[in-house]
Amino acid sequence: MGAIIETDIAERVVTDPMVPELFRIERLKRETEDTFTLELVPVEESTKISFLPGQFNMLYVFGVGEVAISISSDPSRTSRLEHTTRRVGVVTKAMGLLKTGDTIGVRGPFGTHWPVGEEDGRDFVVVAGGIGLAPLRPVLYHLMAQRERYRNIVLLYGARSPEEILYKRELERWRGKFDLEVQVTVDRGASGWRGNVGVVTPLVARAPFNPSNTVALVCGPEIMMRFAAMELQKRGVLPERTYLSMERNMKCALGYCGHCQYGPTFVCRDGPVFRLDRIASIFGKGEI
Amino acid sequence: MIQSLESIIKKHPFFSDMPEKHLDFIAGCAKNVAFPELYTIFQEGDPANEFYFIREGLVSVELVVPTRGPTTIQTVSEGEILGWSWVSPPYRWHFGARTLQRTRALVFDAKCLRMKCDEDHDLGYELLSRFMSVVSARLDATRLQLLDIYGRHN
Amino acid sequence: MTPKAPARDGHLLLDLSQIDLLIHVLLRRDYEVIGPTVRDGAIVYDRLSSVDDLPKGTTEEQEGGRYRLKPRNDSALFGYTVGPHSWKKFLFPAITQLWKAQRTDGQFQILPADAKSPQFAFLGVRACELHAIAIQDRVFLEGPYVDPNYESRRKGIFLVAVNCTKAGGTCFCDSMGTGPKVGSGYDISLTEVLQENQHFFVAHCGTKKGAEILAEIPTKPAGKAEVALADAAVEECACHMGRSLQTNGLKELLYRNTENTRWDSVVARCLSCANCTTVCPTCFCSTIEDLTDLTGQEAVRVRKWDSCFVTDFSYIHGGSVRATIRSKFRQWMMHKLAYWVDQFGTSGCVGCGRCITWCPVGIDITEEARAFRDAESSVNASV
Repeated sequence: MGAIIETDIAERVVTDPMVPELFRIERLKRETEDTFTLELVPVEESTKISFLPGQFNMLYVFGVGEVAISISSDPSRTSRLEHTTRRVGVVTKAMGLLKTGDTIGVRGPFGTHWPVGEEDGRDFVVVAGGIGLAPLRPVLYHLMAQRERYRNIVLLYGARSPEEILYKRELERWRGKFDLEVQVTVDRGASGWRGNVGVVTPLVARAPFNPSNTVALVCGPEIMMRFAAMELQKRGVLPERTYLSMERNMKCALGYCGHCQYGPTFVCRDGPVFRLDRIASIFGKGEI
Repeated sequence: MIQSLESIIKKHPFFSDMPEKHLDFIAGCAKNVAFPELYTIFQEGDPANEFYFIREGLVSVELVVPTRGPTTIQTVSEGEILGWSWVSPPYRWHFGARTLQRTRALVFDAKCLRMKCDEDHDLGYELLSRFMSVVSARLDATRLQLLDIYGRHN
Repeated sequence: MTPKAPARDGHLLLDLSQIDLLIHVLLRRDYEVIGPTVRDGAIVYDRLSSVDDLPKGTTEEQEGGRYRLKPRNDSALFGYTVGPHSWKKFLFPAITQLWKAQRTDGQFQILPADAKSPQFAFLGVRACELHAIAIQDRVFLEGPYVDPNYESRRKGIFLVAVNCTKAGGTCFCDSMGTGPKVGSGYDISLTEVLQENQHFFVAHCGTKKGAEILAEIPTKPAGKAEVALADAAVEECACHMGRSLQTNGLKELLYRNTENTRWDSVVARCLSCANCTTVCPTCFCSTIEDLTDLTGQEAVRVRKWDSCFVTDFSYIHGGSVRATIRSKFRQWMMHKLAYWVDQFGTSGCVGCGRCITWCPVGIDITEEARAFRDAESSVNASV
């Protein structure tokens, strides 16, 4: 509890922002067949972890490389960091082979964050697709920790199949709460699955929120965000109150390697969380 | 308070904006129905002479796939329309429907509506253009499912 | 006799031997003097040890996809424009080691890289290049994070700028407002004047440091006539630009035309070879490489130049966002002329013409911009 979200990011004296801080792996938890969560604690014990929901770190695996991974831990916990990632490339595959006690390099936190400062009294609709639930988990923790500030809170989550649902235990806990609406759907069912089957976007049409007073947070594959944004707008949620988390190739995360450029924006600096109206002219345009 | 069929139909966005006389006729073809969980509403190949408006619950739209058994393609839930095979010949269901939870619905006599649509093309147009939107939305969703956007890319 | 320190705003007169002295004064002060010199059939930037290293009596012919050195019929020291190198080669080197790390079992330590950066004196910086350096300053020094490598190289630079008196075949600094006359940001500026049997340089001090250095060379104040000749030579140059680019509303024009079929006409020609980004003095894209030695116990992180034309530049899990040549060329041109304005407040282009000269198929950024403008005005005319 407390006003963690309102405070500024802790000032750290960083002489060279390209040099990682050292963290130790406390735990490597397998979430699904190809997804795992790292729990990290700083090697330097006096370091206090501070970030805003939606931000990311650059994680370095010795001698292999660095990747940008969204922070998916509870922002009110200052002693540890959690990152959930899929094993999709050389670095994440190497990361998945690390063990408890191994060192990992961390640079960050970087980027913009989900809006949680001035949205009191609003309904929140959180639309997550696949691994997109990971960057949204910190904001969900915040919304529930400060529940009385908001009205309806709805989580719509689409996964590929029942085996690929992330954070199953937490989802079940959240689903049990009376003041939170959680709807989960899978693209393809499995025997024994008696829940929704189908993509997550149609759930937007029927979810219990008041469009004229809603803030929407969307994260997932770009095409899913496109269709989700369309459904939200169809229901009357303003683009000025719709936020997406974009992803691009990242190398420096500092705004000068140029890789993460998305139109005139740098995703590492002007994103990854973008307000829809601000990128309306490029969002959905091919090969921008 | 028990709502009348007419009021349920008139309130729902699918039927709204329809001229009063059409709504009255349609309401006349509708009945309340309730299914227990894991109940087969219809099977692939059965004659398709009705469609459903789901008021509460969850229905699995499925196909029987050899060696895989009944496979859920999509689920249809509260506020959604189930079934459009009644529109075109041979008027047989292209898929099966089974409830996953206790489900309450309105069932519409499609045979009767088909005959009336033949006579009254205005009614036909109103109904078919609305069903067109339902099918189109389902197709969009199905295409997204096909893309397997959360899948592994290599 | 010790020469008097010249007045800050005054113009001074130097001759050939005094340019040589200038180089030696800088060398004596432990500067690495970098300037134009002939190598491999081009005028490149490299270490100078005396005035003899400069391309005396040489000029170049530049056109789309063409660069040839030609002899002049005089002994001008600076009678050419810019070659394939730009000063970013020294301020933002192509390869930089950022840090080293050492591993023991599962743990590792990071050791800072040996950061000894040389002290450079740049001799022969053109007006467009001064702007290019300022543009890269904005990228590396004025964002939320400062690049310490760039900062340490940039801090100690001694800049001797040269006013162009001959426009290049692909130059358009005039259109971009970046030349040919140098603005600010130099320690000393020089304008070469060649007239019948006269050959002199009019120098101007831009900073106290510049004045200090010039104080070690015997110079005379330049007279009004000499300064007038120098100014005239530069003004003359402005009238002979090889290209032009209309900049008003250019950003908005390009934003309106992201889907124009004109981009497809470039596809037929562009080889995606990345020459343009390599020679461009403002292009700043880089990549980070993490490498280990054979034992796997020592790792280094290295930063290298990169280009938006490289295939995997925009790769994210499974594919590149920009996979086609069309989208890559569009990214390059729109970044340079449109996105840059929104990112940094200025155009990214300084009108040096290098991308036109060094493109193997002669794609011309000014021609492409004109094509979009013409396409729009012909549509408007027919309405």
